[in-house]
Amino acid sequence: MQPIIEVVISGLLVGGLYALIAMGLSLQYGVARVLNVAHGEFIMLGGMTTWALYMAFHINPLLSLVVCGPAAFALGYALHRTVYTRVLASSASPGAFESNSLLASFGLLFIIQNLALIAWGADTRAYSYLAVPVDVAGVLFGANRLLTLGSALVIGVAFYIFLARTRIGKAIRAAAQDPTTAALMGVNINSVLALCFGLGAALAAIAGMLISICYPVTAVMGIHYTVIAMIVVVLGGLGSIPGSFIGGFVLGLIESIVSYFEPALTLAANYLIFALLLLVKPTGIMGR
Amino acid sequence: MRTGRVSWVGLRTPVLWLVLLVAMGTLSLYASAYTVIMVANILLYVILTMSWVLFSAPTGYISLATAAFFGVGIYTAAILGEQLPLPLVILTAGLASFCLAALVGALTLRLKGVYFAFFTFGLVELIKHLLLWYEVNVTGVRGRFVVFADNVTIYYVILGILVILLLTSYLIRRSRIGLALQSIGEGEDAAAHIGINVSAVKTIVFALSAVFVGAAGAAMATRWTYVDPYMAFDYLYSFTAVAMAVFGGLGRFEGPILGAVVFAFLRELLITRFPYVYMLVMGSVLVVTILYLPQGLVQLAQMSPWRRSRGNREPA
Amino acid sequence: MSLLEVEGVTKHFGGLAAVSGVDLRVDEGEVVGLIGPNGAGKTTLFNLLSGALKPNSGAVRFRGEDITGLKPHQICRKGLARTFQSVKVFGGMSVSQNVLVGVVFGDRSRMSAKQTGEEVARLLEFVGLSAVGGVPAKDLTLANQKRVEVARALASKPELLLIDELMAGLNPTEVAQAMDLVAAIGERGTTVLIIEHVMKAIMGICGRIIVFHHGEKIAEGTPQEIATSRTVIEVYLGE
Repeated sequence: MQPIIEVVISGLLVGGLYALIAMGLSLQYGVARVLNVAHGEFIMLGGMTTWALYMAFHINPLLSLVVCGPAAFALGYALHRTVYTRVLASSASPGAFESNSLLASFGLLFIIQNLALIAWGADTRAYSYLAVPVDVAGVLFGANRLLTLGSALVIGVAFYIFLARTRIGKAIRAAAQDPTTAALMGVNINSVLALCFGLGAALAAIAGMLISICYPVTAVMGIHYTVIAMIVVVLGGLGSIPGSFIGGFVLGLIESIVSYFEPALTLAANYLIFALLLLVKPTGIMGR
Repeated sequence: MRTGRVSWVGLRTPVLWLVLLVAMGTLSLYASAYTVIMVANILLYVILTMSWVLFSAPTGYISLATAAFFGVGIYTAAILGEQLPLPLVILTAGLASFCLAALVGALTLRLKGVYFAFFTFGLVELIKHLLLWYEVNVTGVRGRFVVFADNVTIYYVILGILVILLLTSYLIRRSRIGLALQSIGEGEDAAAHIGINVSAVKTIVFALSAVFVGAAGAAMATRWTYVDPYMAFDYLYSFTAVAMAVFGGLGRFEGPILGAVVFAFLRELLITRFPYVYMLVMGSVLVVTILYLPQGLVQLAQMSPWRRSRGNREPA
Repeated sequence: MSLLEVEGVTKHFGGLAAVSGVDLRVDEGEVVGLIGPNGAGKTTLFNLLSGALKPNSGAVRFRGEDITGLKPHQICRKGLARTFQSVKVFGGMSVSQNVLVGVVFGDRSRMSAKQTGEEVARLLEFVGLSAVGGVPAKDLTLANQKRVEVARALASKPELLLIDELMAGLNPTEVAQAMDLVAAIGERGTTVLIIEHVMKAIMGICGRIIVFHHGEKIAEGTPQEIATSRTVIEVYLGE
């Protein structure tokens, strides 16, 4: 019984993180139609900044969230307004925009990653926060990991309510479904797209902050998480934000099961799922 | 990003290529050892770039897997270098890359481009992880030692691969397959409805493009005495191929070659002293190119007075 | 045996049936019109016939052979070609090149370069675009782009040509010219199934008309019968 609890709760812990990063990417691709391969770099920025603030000023990581989240949002918003809006204007078709924005994101990946490398070097960084064991149904988990899961759930649900209930949330969903009509209905499309991109970046940075509480971080950690986010987004269904949320937990659980037997093969297992998805149901769990 | 048709610049072009070929072919006779190494590096980047262009430019399917095929080539050389003579190692590396690419293509090219982009992006990471696991659990040793080959040999192998690649590229562009590729890029639905087996064409050309990358990887591996998964599977190779091609300009045959030469040269200058700066510059150049010079360097050339009009010229 | 036989074809999207239990046939030599309000499922039917979509149930037979579920390029090779409602010319390529693609890939027979060139010229002349052979397709008017599509489709030497709206946005003179073109296609020996909204044109060139509504075939007959059918009039006026 104990191994099962351990695997399940571990899976949920990891799944919560995956859900957050996938939702961020889903916002950027599903609404703003940007294949943002630099997504993981925002995660990295969130994690590294939190570490830096903790080491320099002993700032509580959760308080860092107040800094990192809005800062990442601002950065994402600005990037969209400057880079992607211009790419959109100069792309002859949606297909061309997807290609061009992918390439631009690839460029941004290298810019951000190397700025981080110049600032912080390539070493692995870690700090200890709330690393006290907590007993859950007979199994010990770090309080920090439980905090991560709790935060991920809270943020996920809050975000869902935001999308479902608020005016802006509805504008986002409208823009995701049919940008042209939404624009005709008075939705300021460029603002909404930039908003989504910024929100996606913010979610990434927050996830990065949560990651830094439990795991070591480095300036080159971004790509690994980008790959995971991509798999979860496909698993959940391209363009479905609830799908990404659920998919994150599904992948987290699967990864936890694999990790129990062979921890180093988790990415391979994820990719196997990716391949199977593409073969059988590319539209994913909630694909439209 | 769509290509235009191949354009001749009069008779100057074939003569130019011939002169270049002779100059490159006799390099070891008149250049210093350092120059040979440097030129080999530059030619390598032209290979990476033009291989990427072969498939991704006409079809618009952005492949981010160049680094994966390069790594496969490196590791093939590391594993087989002692058992087989160099030519066979190179061929095997090309074949291994071909098979990997064919598999990836068959899986993803039936679907929309975003799946292809996602899958190829993560491929590098995946193979790196698999190899690491294998080395930790099966062989017990991190990394491998590679059989050494001298710089002149490596140079000529690289030159040979490049010449074959450029010839293949050029012939494909002028052939039925090139027309099919272009049609796929212009309108895949229409292309399918007019009798083109789009999935097959895409997969075959993609797999073909990987051969050159794998072969080049095997050739370059012999220069390093030791390789490990981190060295062999580096995203930078995927990135440079793409950045150089876009920077040079995809509209003309010579565009990516120009971009590759400029950047590879820049790399030689910066890589040892300022590696992060070099990558930062490249990333910035890519973004600036997409924003302000979407047709790349050759767009500047097109604005000059000796540009000819495209007119009614059609491929044979 | 009819050239085209459609039996009980159905296609769902989510919970919505775009095409539902459709039976129809087209015989060799006919020019058949397909009309109906927007969203009636006409283009979806074309997609099912050309292989762009797979039906959820039912069968499509061409020259007696079951082609249900085949891929578009295979169906094209068998002799069924189409044009698209939202024009899909190869914009960056010249008009001649567009037609060239059709000649090179659409037809099984291999021709020499000279023969290919002649064939392209012939097709351009047939649709009246000889003057603009070298112009990039995206620079043409929409009406001419549709003609490029027709020429490209004809290049594959089809026995059945599906035309999806040729006359949208044309003035009366242009409509008459388009009608002549369709008639000429029929005279060449190609069977035609054409979706069209311009009633005068459909009535004028088609020997038989099929009416669609909400994904179902609701009426079928000669232009005269359809023009006077109460069902059809209600459908169009009641919307």
